[in-house]
Amino acid sequence: MSAYFEFLLRMGDNTLILGHRVSEWCGHAPVIEEDIALANTALDLIGQTQMWLGLAAEVEGKGRTADDLAMLRDAWDFRNVLMVEKPNGDFGQTLMRQFLFDAFHLEMLKGLTTSSEPRVAEIAAKAVKEVLYHVERSGDTVIGLGDGTAESHERMQDALNLMWPYVGEMFASDDVDTEMLSTGIAPDLNQLRIAFDAHVGAVMADATLTIPDSTFAHKGGKSGFQHTEHLGHILTQMQWLQRAYPGASW
Amino acid sequence: MKNEWPLWEVFIRGQHGMSHRHVGSLHAADEESAIKNARDVYTRRNEGVSIWVVAARHIAASSPSEKGPLYEPSESKVYRHPTFFDIPDEVGAM
Repeated sequence: MSAYFEFLLRMGDNTLILGHRVSEWCGHAPVIEEDIALANTALDLIGQTQMWLGLAAEVEGKGRTADDLAMLRDAWDFRNVLMVEKPNGDFGQTLMRQFLFDAFHLEMLKGLTTSSEPRVAEIAAKAVKEVLYHVERSGDTVIGLGDGTAESHERMQDALNLMWPYVGEMFASDDVDTEMLSTGIAPDLNQLRIAFDAHVGAVMADATLTIPDSTFAHKGGKSGFQHTEHLGHILTQMQWLQRAYPGASW
Repeated sequence: MKNEWPLWEVFIRGQHGMSHRHVGSLHAADEESAIKNARDVYTRRNEGVSIWVVAARHIAASSPSEKGPLYEPSESKVYRHPTFFDIPDEVGAM
């Protein structure tokens, strides 16, 4: 597996799995306005998935398509970070997960707009506009709920405590990231982390939430070494139709 | 009902529209989230380039029961319509 292909899988699998997770709220969100907003975010992420996995399939050059990569791989072939697999939990956990991922996603996409690979830069330029809105919305909601009632504050602090150990993996550099950086395809994760910390720190301060004093990070998602038990359950939901009726189309 | 967010009326100006048009209403905690919700609820299909939201409580409305005195007197005054004039093309949209 080439590093470039693997990097594209990481981008596409993050948006695919999170897009699926967010879509699970459709019809269930606390108010209709949030329901529609979450569905819009999920659709944006699935649209980005089509671009990333479409390019990944081309780069792989084995005749597979974006759909093949999304619907016909098993858990160990996925390269998304563990955070996006986390169950939705309550609305606060969903929004906290969304904000932390959005804040990473925004910095990553901003960096990718100047990628040495023109196709990557083009996808990033399109996606970054969507993600600017995602992070504004999720950030404002985190502030509103964090600095809200006693109950909403407590739920948001619990959500932050729960999600924080999944932040480190997004910025943990490995051989793939090193090669992407040296070839100018992707930005330096250490630099992204600085911008991320400033952004997240400001939002959490406004939200009156305390960032846990820990750098412990669960890992194994973006390397494919060890996903959480939740990924398999997501795939059974997401892939069953193509598995049961191979080649079925709309 | 006590816990419901306030109601907002939403006005959107379309791609080629000259003015904002009322498109519907929604609930939101404050004006910023009302604009965000309006973006998500009412511009999903590329309908707009500008959004206004107004707290519904700020809108004063005429009463339907006063329909007669308010509107019927103008029914018989056709001379108020500018249909007796030719409007030069240079004037543009009116």
